[in-house]
Amino acid sequence: MEEILRVNGLSKKYEDLTVLDQLSMSVRSGEVVVIVGPSGCGKSTLLRTLNALESIDGGEVVLEGEVINPGNKNLSRVREKVGMVFQSYELFPHKTVFQNLTLAPLKVMKADKKETEKEALALLERVGLSSKKNSYPRQLSGGQKQRVAIIRALMMHPELLLLDEITAALDPEMVKEVLDVVLSLAKEGRTMIIVTHELQFAKAVADRMIFIDGGRIIEEGPPKEFFEHPRTDRLKKFLHSFSYEE
Amino acid sequence: MGFEVLLKGNNIIRLLEGLAVALKISMISVLISIVLGTACGVLMNMKIPVLKQLLRIYLEIVRIMPQMVLLFLVYFGATKAMGINLSAETASIIVFTFWGTAEMSDLVRGSLKAIPLIQYESSLSLGLSRFQMYLYIIIPQIIRRMIPLSINLITRMIKTTSLVMMIGIVEVLKVGQQIIEANRKTAPNAAFGVFLTIFILYFIACWPISCLSKYLEKKWEN
Repeated sequence: MEEILRVNGLSKKYEDLTVLDQLSMSVRSGEVVVIVGPSGCGKSTLLRTLNALESIDGGEVVLEGEVINPGNKNLSRVREKVGMVFQSYELFPHKTVFQNLTLAPLKVMKADKKETEKEALALLERVGLSSKKNSYPRQLSGGQKQRVAIIRALMMHPELLLLDEITAALDPEMVKEVLDVVLSLAKEGRTMIIVTHELQFAKAVADRMIFIDGGRIIEEGPPKEFFEHPRTDRLKKFLHSFSYEE
Repeated sequence: MGFEVLLKGNNIIRLLEGLAVALKISMISVLISIVLGTACGVLMNMKIPVLKQLLRIYLEIVRIMPQMVLLFLVYFGATKAMGINLSAETASIIVFTFWGTAEMSDLVRGSLKAIPLIQYESSLSLGLSRFQMYLYIIIPQIIRRMIPLSINLITRMIKTTSLVMMIGIVEVLKVGQQIIEANRKTAPNAAFGVFLTIFILYFIACWPISCLSKYLEKKWEN
């Protein structure tokens, strides 16, 4: 499969703190990559640089042959290709669910109104929220908001979807309804990079796991090996911190 | 009760004319304040150190100083000290604008600050340009926050125009006093009726504005 994203020697510093340390990776079309790591390891920063929300201090991010960085002139065109869903609910509070979905396609892509509305309805149907079409974000639960946020990103037909700890702020009983949507996207062959702390989910959804610590990739591989036979001590220790043994 | 003096001659018309003067001063000041205040509020949010400090000091001065002192300072002080010839009405508009701009800029600054960073980031990551982001996402949210607050400021300004009679402007309160004075002999108790009428006039002027604010707040609750 063809490569869709390439990250070369990416470095990022906050003052003296090195957040990303010459990190390199690539993602093929249709691949689901799940990134895990201790908090503060740089995984969220990595996702944000992929969407040019963070400046970078070295290296480059290339999406389908185009270099992405915050100084890029065609930034909004590049960003159309990358959808992102964040940890905190980021729906536009003054717009209805339906308007949240259709705003960007209509204004940015100048898409056909009828087609866009049809698509929005179909996606709402798919995530079981047709009845919330005319609701405002504040009338939705956290899980419902995140499902809308996911399909809002899909409305732009992104080549690559970035999910940044999208269930971290949710009540536990709402996590599954959101992750089920992500699983169904994975089955559909969407290219995704997912940062999560839900290891069970990661095991189920990932084609490839990446473990980041201290701004570097420490270990990567297919989920089975990654979880069952971790090679590095750091990953062993990290995975162990999630298990409870009697 | 003293209402009868209002029916004499054209007293009612004079009172209404006085109210019109008060409304005119406050409306002109409000309009200028909205424009200047928005500009200052945006400037305060940009991180320009010296400018930010200056605007802060300005805001503090306005908050600390009673409007009446400002009025005297501008009308009596500036005209004498600098030899500028200001009409009382111009002086009041200057003072009210000086005050309104400060308050307005603080409202704009606060509203801008209350928009979470994620609103900017998610707009951008959907591919919106900066211009589109402000137009469709940020500014509509700011206006929603601002309108009820600025309406509150407008009613406060209308009420505070009662001070301008202190520099000789014949506004509604002054007209009332004149009517009472003129009828001192025939109707010594006119004060109650006249002032009550003025109270009602202020109420009629401010109440619809308050209602509008409540209506908008409710409408935008979502």
